[in-house]
Amino acid sequence: MIDLSVCSVEEFLTNRRTLLNELRGARGLQELRIAVLGGATTFELVNFLELLLLSRGFKPVFYQSEFGRYYEDAVQDAAPLIAFKPDLVYIYTSYRDLNQKPAYNADESQFTECVQATLAHFTQVWDSLNENLGCLIVQNNFEASPVALFGNLDAVHAGGESRFLLSVNNALASEVAARPKVALLDAHGLSARFGLSQWFDWRRYWSYKLLLTPEATFELARSLASLVAAIYGKSRKVLVLDLDNTLWGGVIGDDGVDNIQIGRETPVAEAYTEFQEYCLRLRERGIVLAVCSKNSIETAKAGFKHPSSVLKLEDFSSFKANWNSKPENLIEIAEELNLGIDSFVFVDDNAAERALVNAQLPQIAVPELGDDVATYIDILERGRYFEAFRVSHEDFARADAYASNTRRHAAQKKFANYGEYLDSLEMIAEIQSFRPPYLERIAQLTNKTNQFNLTTRRYTLAEMEALAADEKYVTLYGKLNDRYGDNGLVSVIVGRKEGQQLHLDLWLMSCRVIKRDMEIAMLDRLVEFARKAGVEKLLGCYIPTAKNGMVAELYPDLGFAPSANSQNGSTFWELDIRQYIKMNKHIRILEVTGGAANS
Amino acid sequence: MAQPTRDELLKDLEKIFREVLNNPKIVLTPESSALNTPGWDSIGHIEIVMMVERQYKIRFGLGELQDLKNVGELIELIEKKTSA
Repeated sequence: MIDLSVCSVEEFLTNRRTLLNELRGARGLQELRIAVLGGATTFELVNFLELLLLSRGFKPVFYQSEFGRYYEDAVQDAAPLIAFKPDLVYIYTSYRDLNQKPAYNADESQFTECVQATLAHFTQVWDSLNENLGCLIVQNNFEASPVALFGNLDAVHAGGESRFLLSVNNALASEVAARPKVALLDAHGLSARFGLSQWFDWRRYWSYKLLLTPEATFELARSLASLVAAIYGKSRKVLVLDLDNTLWGGVIGDDGVDNIQIGRETPVAEAYTEFQEYCLRLRERGIVLAVCSKNSIETAKAGFKHPSSVLKLEDFSSFKANWNSKPENLIEIAEELNLGIDSFVFVDDNAAERALVNAQLPQIAVPELGDDVATYIDILERGRYFEAFRVSHEDFARADAYASNTRRHAAQKKFANYGEYLDSLEMIAEIQSFRPPYLERIAQLTNKTNQFNLTTRRYTLAEMEALAADEKYVTLYGKLNDRYGDNGLVSVIVGRKEGQQLHLDLWLMSCRVIKRDMEIAMLDRLVEFARKAGVEKLLGCYIPTAKNGMVAELYPDLGFAPSANSQNGSTFWELDIRQYIKMNKHIRILEVTGGAANS
Repeated sequence: MAQPTRDELLKDLEKIFREVLNNPKIVLTPESSALNTPGWDSIGHIEIVMMVERQYKIRFGLGELQDLKNVGELIELIEKKTSA
């Protein structure tokens, strides 16, 4: 099958029907209802998007506005859109849709008014969509002006369209940053990197109101598909790096640590230094780094003691240097980090190693890196592997959290029994009903957790907000701190009350805190809150997926009894909580005043 | 490279039409037009034009397509463009 993330428009068009048939037949696709409201014709974008989303595990269903009617559909006559019930709306607009541009002789105050009026136009659209649908909105910003009437002055003068579009983009960015349910698609950056002269397609615009070239439309669709995947937690999280000729020039085992190319002395060394800096920047923004190299461990580690090495040993959350095959090592890294290999990007200059990983572990992204270090960064960037929807403090702390997990792992060996180890972690948990500062993180965690997840139900932020306010629901989030660091918000439970029974619609936990008894602390608290709400029995259900085998026995392990025959592999469990005695022994529960069950 | 004959062009176009309109039963003649060819709607038309341009590495000028009456005239236009 062709790789849609890098294939050309030609390959795409020639293989479209075959690909569609292949991908539509895949199992376990997640339905996603997307409304595309366009200032220009949208069908080509939707065609590209459909295939790209199918390849990311979604089953997209589209609504398209009539050409140029995005404002009417969103603000004036929203009924058809409301009936469609979108999960996401994309507002596909260009500079041609802006009708409050400054006149060529505008002064500064008129310029500012035009920027404000343009911003107000879009905030009105978002507000209306939010009121009517409450779903996520994706808004693109604007490409640079294809015409610069004043030449270079166009970017300076108050009547210049170039300056106007830049200011509108700035204003949009500030506004989007303040709105949790609006995401920005950076058409400005995308078109600049692609080349504006290959972006607009005037012939097709005058003929069919298709504004962009097929190539540009494909770029836009790829970017949007990556953003959507990120929103639903399908971005990659781990960068696994080879060493020789990937992170430094030369073969350390042959050349010796003093002779590898890194630093500022030669052009090659400079390029490897730049690449190490790029990897370090990824780590700082929350991407987990790991090493997978065919070397002896001492030789491999020596490379990071080179005085010019930007990356240090402690930057890596997992370090495999040995003579085993790379696929074997990658699986071990995944186990050590407790992350799925489908979140991995594998970077290696050796084409044979890439081919082997590609063949044996197709879930791992393996960019065609080539062997020229000058192009490594560009190739990784083009893959859009690490697209982020929002960044949180948890993201910035993630790499550190995994590094401290490795330290926890090391500490574990020193104790006589597991309980003693758990006590040594000095864990403190805050377990409370959903409340506003955490709803975004709760929705984020819910949509990306696949392993410790009993039902794998997905909820939007809007749905979580509704649950939090509904008395029929008992909701819980859990945060966990320990002596090595703050793990952040790591567990979520949603229970739905029906008489004296509570259906556990959702129970999930981040893999960062597996085997820490956090699930027991969560159950204790759930029982406490459920009793306050008049519940006598908990009803649990395990729905198996390809990834959640680890919790197949969670309910029986926690003392639940079978309640009904299994159906399609799902199992059903119940727990009478009238006589329940608390089981958590190793985690101290932090009391936050005023946090009663859904009050 | 030798110029494709009209019959070859017709066969090429038939392949494109079948793929774009997702209908393997389409049979094209020089008289085929949007009126007598099932599924040849405006969106199909846009994609067909794009595929033809890419296949023969030609660009139709703005307005060159608006007066075409049928596939025969499209073939004549392709011949004119590829021999230029």
